[in-house]
Amino acid sequence: MDVLSIVVFLPVAVAAALLASPRIGDRVARWTWIVASAVDLLLVVVLWIGYQPGESGFAYEVDRRWIPSVDSGYHVGVDGLSLPLVALTAVLFLACAVYSARETRRVRSYAALFLFLETVCLGLFVSLDLILFFVFFDLSIVGMYFVIAGWGHRDAARAALKFFLYTFLGSLALLLGFIGLYLAASPHTFDIVELVRQDPLAGKGAMAALVLAALGVGLAIKTPTIPFHTWLPPAHTEAPAAGSAILAGVLLKMGTYGFVRIAMPALPDAWRRYAMVFVVVGVVSVVYGALVALAQRDFKRMIAYTSVNHMGYVILAVGAAGLITSSETQARDLAVTGAVTQMVSHGLITGALFLLAGALYDRGGSYEMAAYSGLAAQAPRFAGLTGLAAFASLGLPGFSGFIAEFQIFTGSLGGAPVSTAVAFLGILITAALFLRAVQQLLMGQFRSPNGPFPDLTAPEAASITPLIVLAVVVGLFPRFLLDVIEPASRVVTSVLGG
Amino acid sequence: MDENPLALLPEILLAVAAVIGLLLGSYLPKHRQWLVRLLAAAACAAGLVVTVVAWSGEDMAVFGETYMVDVATNATRVVVLVAVLLVLGLAGDPVRGTMRESEFVVLLLLAALGSVLLAGSNDLMLLASGYLLASIPLYALAGFAKDAPGTEAALKFYLMGALLGVTMLAGLVVLFGVGGATQYTALSDGLASASRVAVAVGAIAVLAGLLFKAGAAPAHFWVPDVTEGAKPVVAAFITTVPKIGAVVAIYRFVAVPLAAARVDWALMIAIIAAVTMTLGNLAAFFQDNVRRLLAYSTISQVGYLLVGVAAAGRSDLALPSVLLYLGGYAVTNLGAFAVVCALPHAATLADYRGLVRRHRWLAVSLVVLLLGLVGTPPTAVFAGKLTVFTAAFDAGLGWLVVLAAVNTVASVFYYLRWIGPAVRGEEASAAPEVSRWAVRTAYATAAVSVLLGVLAGSLLGVLGG
Repeated sequence: MDVLSIVVFLPVAVAAALLASPRIGDRVARWTWIVASAVDLLLVVVLWIGYQPGESGFAYEVDRRWIPSVDSGYHVGVDGLSLPLVALTAVLFLACAVYSARETRRVRSYAALFLFLETVCLGLFVSLDLILFFVFFDLSIVGMYFVIAGWGHRDAARAALKFFLYTFLGSLALLLGFIGLYLAASPHTFDIVELVRQDPLAGKGAMAALVLAALGVGLAIKTPTIPFHTWLPPAHTEAPAAGSAILAGVLLKMGTYGFVRIAMPALPDAWRRYAMVFVVVGVVSVVYGALVALAQRDFKRMIAYTSVNHMGYVILAVGAAGLITSSETQARDLAVTGAVTQMVSHGLITGALFLLAGALYDRGGSYEMAAYSGLAAQAPRFAGLTGLAAFASLGLPGFSGFIAEFQIFTGSLGGAPVSTAVAFLGILITAALFLRAVQQLLMGQFRSPNGPFPDLTAPEAASITPLIVLAVVVGLFPRFLLDVIEPASRVVTSVLGG
Repeated sequence: MDENPLALLPEILLAVAAVIGLLLGSYLPKHRQWLVRLLAAAACAAGLVVTVVAWSGEDMAVFGETYMVDVATNATRVVVLVAVLLVLGLAGDPVRGTMRESEFVVLLLLAALGSVLLAGSNDLMLLASGYLLASIPLYALAGFAKDAPGTEAALKFYLMGALLGVTMLAGLVVLFGVGGATQYTALSDGLASASRVAVAVGAIAVLAGLLFKAGAAPAHFWVPDVTEGAKPVVAAFITTVPKIGAVVAIYRFVAVPLAAARVDWALMIAIIAAVTMTLGNLAAFFQDNVRRLLAYSTISQVGYLLVGVAAAGRSDLALPSVLLYLGGYAVTNLGAFAVVCALPHAATLADYRGLVRRHRWLAVSLVVLLLGLVGTPPTAVFAGKLTVFTAAFDAGLGWLVVLAAVNTVASVFYYLRWIGPAVRGEEASAAPEVSRWAVRTAYATAAVSVLLGVLAGSLLGVLGG
């Protein structure tokens, strides 16, 4: 078995072993979970160190026959677009494993479910076949449904149902788009690399537009962008902290990753023609997400809406890349690189913020910001990490968010000047809302609904701190990341032509 | 070679086993009646072996070209025989040692034989006798428990079956009249030049009977009543096995005699498919009784299957995709019913609350099977749905595929209404009694439904995709 498949399927194997051994206690289950995630992260680090893309642009590529009659195979591999996301997935899942040391409700099933989700997320990012991609895309919905429904708060069943129905609709739209691509290709194939090479819908105006619309809707629901974002706030509000961190940190990236991996390179002509639609959707998501976040009184809901805002930047960048002419390749590469960097950065920072929100809820029993005040005096570690995460999220230089958004804006300005200028507003509003939240929660006279507010426990701190540290490392020394992403984004933009 | 009985060995095995079983049942004491079940299982296993061995042989039209032995017939044989084996497994606890154990088994075997005959028929006359053979044992099975709901179900089932059976015979007469033959190939030539109206009327009347067997709209009204009224194990059989034969029969009917006729049968099947899946889904939405919910779910599944049938002749993938879906559907649907059989006292969705606490693996199986019915990858129904959608898209039925996708999303709602309470960690409602045989069948079907999905590639290859 090849190393990439081991990385992908190790967690689910451990999950099956956990489920099959009913006698083990909560403690053993917890440690098994942590060790499995840590080993997987270690393997990903090894992958990164040995990353040497071959002629096809992919490293660790494996292509096995699976359903030959429709030319769909077990085709996996990593390149500069997927490797950072694979690493992000492994990091976040380990953080969630450590964070969940306090979880007491049905620990074995919880651990198994998260390990299953880890396999699904890793599998999606390494898939180079549409059917394989779809399998993991759908299973991510199933896994997250059970996390929310099984371990969520009061209204979890409803939110989980909405989440499932909404994102499942998206996945079927995606499937229709995939079938459209498959039938247009000749010979018919579901292989992403082959589809990109063929460019099957070149010059087929209406059909290309329909397929792009199906893919666009499917991915936009997952991302989510305006107007498909309404499933996100309830899902986040009701999900357990670790579930929210994975949902925002990893699952949302499946949508944006789909844009750069499939929609853009497989439909370059249609993408360029309708790029303006994506730019507008991106900008509206940026501004609307920020404004609605500003209006929230609930800390977790607020973070959920900033996700809409941050994902909006990604959509803006990939849209703008379609508008920029090929003579300005540098700007284009910058926009796509910025988009991928933003995915990584958002995953780290929002993951940390959601885990902090979980810590807040565990202590005060409420997400209502007005119920808290002056937490800095009682809980310095909590306050410090919350402050850092908030500043990172609003895009302060020195954090990963700045690197990402700077590249996005610089890259997009040439292609979509007005939209980019409007999107700047988003940064301003986000800054305002995070400063307000920090002020409300941390400053002033101490107040908390349940009396005393103990500081972060060791597992909580140990899970959140590395995420912030990584955000700072990417912010200060971005080259190790950008050196991986840039060649891959050049490949994508060269396919875009024009 | 035309009248080689060996070509029909699986069918002969079923018939012989039914006859011997009936005789054996008359002489065996009550506590030895399980021998009849063993005989039936042996006949099914032998039939499977024979079918698999003969699989790679050439397509044959035997006995005056009235019966086709090809991939479709072979696939139906395999699926039906496996389904009978699963139902025999399910029947372990509720039927063992009862008064009429051998009669039950014999009726199963005869109905299964009827279903296979429907699928293989290459002649309208044989199709009609297949219809009768696949129907009459089931009327008896529906009322087998001799209780009020079962009797009512059997009566409804019988009246509707009799009506549509007669309609089918009338259609047969019309088609014979205008086409000059009942054998499909000859009929195809005759219908090519026949009056459009007559062909349309005859075809619709013949389809009426087949749609009744498949449980498709507008002949679906018996499905929920029978599923709720009959014993769960009987319901599992009735909603699975006859459908397999009927769907393949519809496929053969539209692909051969109607292929050259001047009627737009593809549109007709597409509309039936659209109505069937939509009606089934809408009706399933707020069902609180799990058997009624499953009944409507089986109706919507037939709708998806007919999407593939509508693509017949216009996509190479049409037949393999329908056969793949049939196999996946049979296993998954029987599995869902196995869970129902495993908990004989849980009738409503609320009774499944907290199932995961009491029977962890049964709950996991239920989740896998219901998500399988939704078409979540990587289960067998997903592979079937994917290929059926692709075939229909290829045949220019894009609107139908979009409708099927929307319906799939809608179906998630009612399956989740069942999954939700079962997996949430609340206290279980009542301590349900569990039937061991059914539990094992549920585990097996859940595993197989995933396995078939993963192996879909090789299956499609075998099915000629």
